[in-house]
Amino acid sequence: MSKQINVALIGNPNTGKTSVFNALTGLNQKVGNYPGITVEKKEGICKLPRGVKAHIIDLPGTYSLNASSLDENVVIELLLNKTDKDYPDVAVVVSDVENLKRNLLLFTQIKDLQIPTILVINMSDRMEYKGISLDIPYLEQQLKTKIALISTRKNKGINKLKELIASHKELSVEACLDASIIDTTYFNNLRKAFPHQLLYKLWLVITQDVNFGKTDRKTYDAVEDFKTKSKTDLKRLQQKETIKRYQFINETLKKGQTIDLKSAKDLRIKLDRILTHKVWGYLIFGVILLTIFQAIYDWSSIPMDFIDNSFASLSEWTKDTLPEGAFTNLLAEGIISGLGGVVIFIPQIAFLFLFISILEESGYMSRVVFLMDRIMRRFGLSGKSVVPLISGTACAIPAIMATRNIESWKERLITILVTPFTTCAARLPVYLIIIALVIPEGRVFGLSYQALTLMLLYLIGFGAAVGSAWILNKVLKIKSKSFFVVEMPNYKLPLLKNVALTVLEKTKAFVFGAGKIILAISIVLWFLASYGPGDSFNNAERIVTEQYASDNLTEEELNQKIESHKLEHSFIGIAGHAIEPVIRPLGYDWKIGIAIVSSFAAREVFVGTLATIYSVGSDEEETIKNRMAGEVNPVLGGPLFNFASGISLLLFYAFAMQCMSTLAIVKRETNSWKWPMYQLLIMSGFAYIVALIAYQVLK
Amino acid sequence: MTLAELKRGQKGVITDVSSIHIPLKLLEMGCLPGNSVELVQVAPFADPMYLNINGTHLAIRKETAVHIIIETIHE
Repeated sequence: MSKQINVALIGNPNTGKTSVFNALTGLNQKVGNYPGITVEKKEGICKLPRGVKAHIIDLPGTYSLNASSLDENVVIELLLNKTDKDYPDVAVVVSDVENLKRNLLLFTQIKDLQIPTILVINMSDRMEYKGISLDIPYLEQQLKTKIALISTRKNKGINKLKELIASHKELSVEACLDASIIDTTYFNNLRKAFPHQLLYKLWLVITQDVNFGKTDRKTYDAVEDFKTKSKTDLKRLQQKETIKRYQFINETLKKGQTIDLKSAKDLRIKLDRILTHKVWGYLIFGVILLTIFQAIYDWSSIPMDFIDNSFASLSEWTKDTLPEGAFTNLLAEGIISGLGGVVIFIPQIAFLFLFISILEESGYMSRVVFLMDRIMRRFGLSGKSVVPLISGTACAIPAIMATRNIESWKERLITILVTPFTTCAARLPVYLIIIALVIPEGRVFGLSYQALTLMLLYLIGFGAAVGSAWILNKVLKIKSKSFFVVEMPNYKLPLLKNVALTVLEKTKAFVFGAGKIILAISIVLWFLASYGPGDSFNNAERIVTEQYASDNLTEEELNQKIESHKLEHSFIGIAGHAIEPVIRPLGYDWKIGIAIVSSFAAREVFVGTLATIYSVGSDEEETIKNRMAGEVNPVLGGPLFNFASGISLLLFYAFAMQCMSTLAIVKRETNSWKWPMYQLLIMSGFAYIVALIAYQVLK
Repeated sequence: MTLAELKRGQKGVITDVSSIHIPLKLLEMGCLPGNSVELVQVAPFADPMYLNINGTHLAIRKETAVHIIIETIHE
């Protein structure tokens, strides 16, 4: 068996930590979750010199070991728990050459934990540009570490880093400063009370609000001859500790780093003058949003048509090629049609994540936070709520997780509650197919009506989010300290590798996640639609033949009558008819009713369900859209999907809480069932009323 | 004077930080006595404030800035 060592990547946000991770692991990485919590866990494998293999974990970005969020807790919990299977043999602290001073704070804390540590100074390609020079041997000596000066952008220094990780046994585990001098008596007492524990580890456990399992803070309080301090005193000591660390860092950098300001050029100032401008800033943001929506609609329509047609042909081909029977029908009508409903929106999700990751990578997203904070605050939100609200256009689940960096609990809760109103990618297939059916083609000012309708739906979603936030802000009586800090990172040209990996990984997660649900539901639906109870289903052929005996129908017409009679008396048809009275006032028939009920699991199931229901019994190769266009309203005649019922459906999906996964995430993030239940009742109730009014007015 | 009164483009030095009102995170990002501060940009209504503190660029709200005492420096 080859040796495998554990490596933890740690660093401040915006230091290019993920780029280092990508450079080390390439495609040998996987993304999962830490057990029991929704924090993303990225890990990968890297081959090192001399046959050593490294298991690399990319820990969430943090400014220090004083955790203030769930993500940051993960870092501390791992570093304090030597029995964890991922406990690092070596810690790699990633820093940015332009923010070395601030980045070193975390570094000195990790050194105090006596973990072998390598310091990576990233973005070395910017040094000349910024007039920075470093005395590496001096810094290595002062910081008691080995330094890898690298540039992930120019792909330099990665081999040196691999070499350093491979020879991790030579690293010093000595701390670079003694933090205990901030209160000698206190720390001496601590040392006496727990002689076998690492002093800095004790200090961290005492000051954090984290649960460390066996090393719980309360067990320390219980020891008799040791008295801990009050919260305010502890905070004052933490502040002292921070100052102490900065003193050490300042002294070290005074000799180890020189910055020639004259040769430094600053693109940031020029760009910020425009991008954060009171007028231009907002205009540019608006144009960017508009471009994204137009692009998603126009660019992705080509691959989507292709996918739709391919799946229709595949289903047809399966029926023709395989021997006739229940299994072939299940495959062709249930599974393939259902899967087509997922695969079809890969292009759009990919485009959305592409744009979002470019905005994040470039540093522009922080400017949006800055611009929007004041406006968002009026609605009880934070500038940081903009990121979840924009990410919500991809999927509410990562968006709700992205609220964790909102410091005020009230602002965060409101953001969580209103984010599901934003138009997520799962609503897109529903919107697209209905828009294509009921909104006429044609253009105004070069923008198509259909694209404008889509844009309007996004605005409605965003408006509903902001409007309900405003109401929640008035209604919720929560007192919480509001405070707001956002780092404004340097502008960077997004790295193609990072963007590509994000798009690939997010799309994969989405398709496999949704795919499982959709596949399962498709199969169940197919069974329910293909079998039925009692006489009227099983003897459909005889009943229909007798009924139309005098009408002189061709064989084909007769077969169609039989199939639709069967569908109506299948299990699904019976269920559909049962709920029909509730949805009839909204302009829907029982088939749409089934699609709505089954899409409660996830919105995108809607199209897949209709595809499954409509393809049961149909022999012709047809796209989902054509089948839907051919549906006739059983009561009024005319197309079932007309302007009134179409708009009603669009509005229903805009507001309704049709996503079990989102409810589950909200439960986890708010730690109670109360909030997701409110969400479900209020959003879906509102959706029903709006859809009802729309249909009754327009019909 | 407090940081909230700083004008765009003006520079100062932090002299005192009210530790009850200022979160540890902000201190860790460099908002400590003795460090320099410059107001880079303000959003409409002068809130939030985009600052350069000791080389770190960050934005905070005005309500936080009033708890940070500074002295302006003229160059």
